[in-house]
Order: sequence, then structure tokens, then C-alpha cells
Amino acid sequence: MIENGSEMARAEDTIMRIATNSGYPDAQVFSTVTGIIMSIPDQKNAQVESVSRRNIDLEKVSWVNRLSRDYAVKKITLTEFFDQLKIVDDAVPYFPFWLQVLGAALVSGPLMTIFCNNFYDIGVTSIIGAIGFAIYYAINKTLDIKFISEFVSSLLIGFMAVLTVRMGLGHSVDNIIIGAVMPLVPGVPLTNAVRDILNGHFVSGPARGIEALLTASAIGFGIAFVFRFF
Amino acid sequence: MIMIIKLCFAFIATVGFGIIINIPHRALLIAGSIGTVTWFIYWALINLNFGIALTNLLASVAIGILSDIAARRMKMPMLIFNIPSLVPLVPGGQAYQMVRNIALGNAAQGMRFLTEVIEITGSIAIGFLIAELLNKLWKKLLLKRASRGM
Repeated sequence: MIENGSEMARAEDTIMRIATNSGYPDAQVFSTVTGIIMSIPDQKNAQVESVSRRNIDLEKVSWVNRLSRDYAVKKITLTEFFDQLKIVDDAVPYFPFWLQVLGAALVSGPLMTIFCNNFYDIGVTSIIGAIGFAIYYAINKTLDIKFISEFVSSLLIGFMAVLTVRMGLGHSVDNIIIGAVMPLVPGVPLTNAVRDILNGHFVSGPARGIEALLTASAIGFGIAFVFRFF
Repeated sequence: MIMIIKLCFAFIATVGFGIIINIPHRALLIAGSIGTVTWFIYWALINLNFGIALTNLLASVAIGILSDIAARRMKMPMLIFNIPSLVPLVPGGQAYQMVRNIALGNAAQGMRFLTEVIEITGSIAIGFLIAELLNKLWKKLLLKRASRGM
């Protein structure tokens, strides 16, 4: 769950609920963004589970949440629960890639209009936003370095914006970049950071905040690069 | 007229962001409507000259409360509704201007936009805090009423 962008409190709460239902109401859970430690008082060993990959898939979070609730009211057994979890991990319906790119286009064009009152550049912004997101997605798939992919895609967004304006297709470089960068904005880590801190998770909250900050600065550097050259 | 178009755009943008972060299909439309409503609140308050800090604060309080209601109705985690509807409020324009001005060497201008960005994000965060507080109070109130009824 932590992998897929849930808050700490929800993850801990889910583990506790499962433990209580399995007959260990006094289990202890300690979790951070990078790992979970869980121990049961009667046993000598604690279980450690590390979390090394992080991306955002709220559908999975919602599924696990529902499964654990089902388990809590004894609708399913522990083995069933485990099987279901495996299924969720493998085969949760993900929106297909083209739909996500379309989503990126839908985010960037309209948002640009909302922010800047500019009706002229909608089409260009949508297309550039979609291309930028596709690049981000592709680099993320192949290289698996998050900040690099954000940097490269915002760099390319900047170049494309300048190019389209030079070619006379767009009006304002500023507005196009603002819109096209929007799909990359780290909304989930930011919100989670705030909520984690509110719930007293002072290790995970700031860590997530830094993740959001790094993402934002990667985007910022990409854009700043473009300005150095034009 | 422009107003209506913009409201539609707020809806589309929220749904689009929902698709990117892969929220469940059933939640898309509701998240979109929350985004639209809160963006309308934001727009109305900005035009009433409430200032950016207070406007963002009130709008994010509205997001928090509405998405909590939706979360309880749909039995889904709250942040599914929370994050997409936040998108129209994000200070994208100011953040961009900040980077641009600092990159071009206009440090003073950049600082001005930086303070604006901090102001907006801070008030959004505090808005979420207040919404959480209100939701907790409401839950307590319901519990109390339930226990008295027994």
C-alpha cells in the first residue's frame, strides 16, 4: 500500500486490523515510507518488510482497503484474503496507457485556460502535455529513476513549447509550459506529506515532503534549462 | 458564458488527473464534481476580493469536507477524491513564474512569486487541517448522539 501512495496511518491501521482479526490484538506496527516493522509480543522474531519501489496507484489502495474491511467482518478467511491480495497486486485494472495520455491532455489544456484565461493555445497545450506525459511514462518504465524522467520530460516540454511558438502555432510560451507541466505535478506525495504529519508520523511526513520537493525542483530545473538557451 | 466553459474545464481537468493517478472508475465522476464545486467556490471568493490566502484556505476546507462525505458514502479512501480536486487550485502559474524569473536573473521578482507560492500552498495545507478537524468533530458529535440514543 505504501508503494502505491497511501498514507501511513491507513497502512498501519490496515495491518492492525488484520492482526487483530487473526487473533493478535496486541501486535505492534512501526512503519515508515521505506519499510514496515511488525512484531507480535509472544514471539521472539519481528517481521521486517522493506518498501523500495514507490509509484502512485490509488486503485490498489482502495482495493486493499476494501479487502481488509471484508476480512474484519469475517466475510472472507485469511487464506482467501492472501490470495485476493496477490490477485490485486498482479492484475488490478490499470487505465490503459493511451487513456492515461488522454488524461494528461485533458489536464493540461483546460487547466491552462483556467489559470491564464487563454483560449487560443488549448490544442497545442493539450498535445504537448500529452507528449510530455508519455515521455515521462516511457522513461519511468525503462530507467526507473523518478527524478530524471521528470527532468527530461519537463525539459522537452519547454523545448516543444518554444518550438511551437516559433513556428507560429502557439501564442504564449509561458502559458503553454504552465499547462503542459501540470500532469507531472507531485500532488499525491504533497497531500500525503501533510496528512502524515497531521497524524503524527514525523518520519514519513517530511520524507514524503522531500520527495515532492525533489520532484518539483526536477521540473523546475528542466524549465530553467530551457530559459538558459532561449 | 466563459464562466460555464471554465467550470466544464475544471471538471475535465479533475477527471483527467484522476485518470493519471489511476483512481477507481466509479469515483471519477464524483471526484470531478467535487473539483468543479470547489473551483467555483474559489472563483467566487477571488472575485469578491477575499485575497488569495483566504480563498485557497476556504476552497481547500470545502474539498476536505466534500471528499470526506464522498469517501464515507462510497466506502473508499478519502484521498481518492482529495487529490484530483486539488489540482485546479495548485499555484502552477506562480510556481512557473518563480522558476522563470530566477533562471533569468530577476531574483526580486522570483522572490515575490516564491512568497505567493508559499502563501498558497500553506493555506491549502491549513485548509486540509481545518477540514480534518471539522470532520473529526462531526464524527464525535455523531458518536455522542448515538450513545445518548441507546
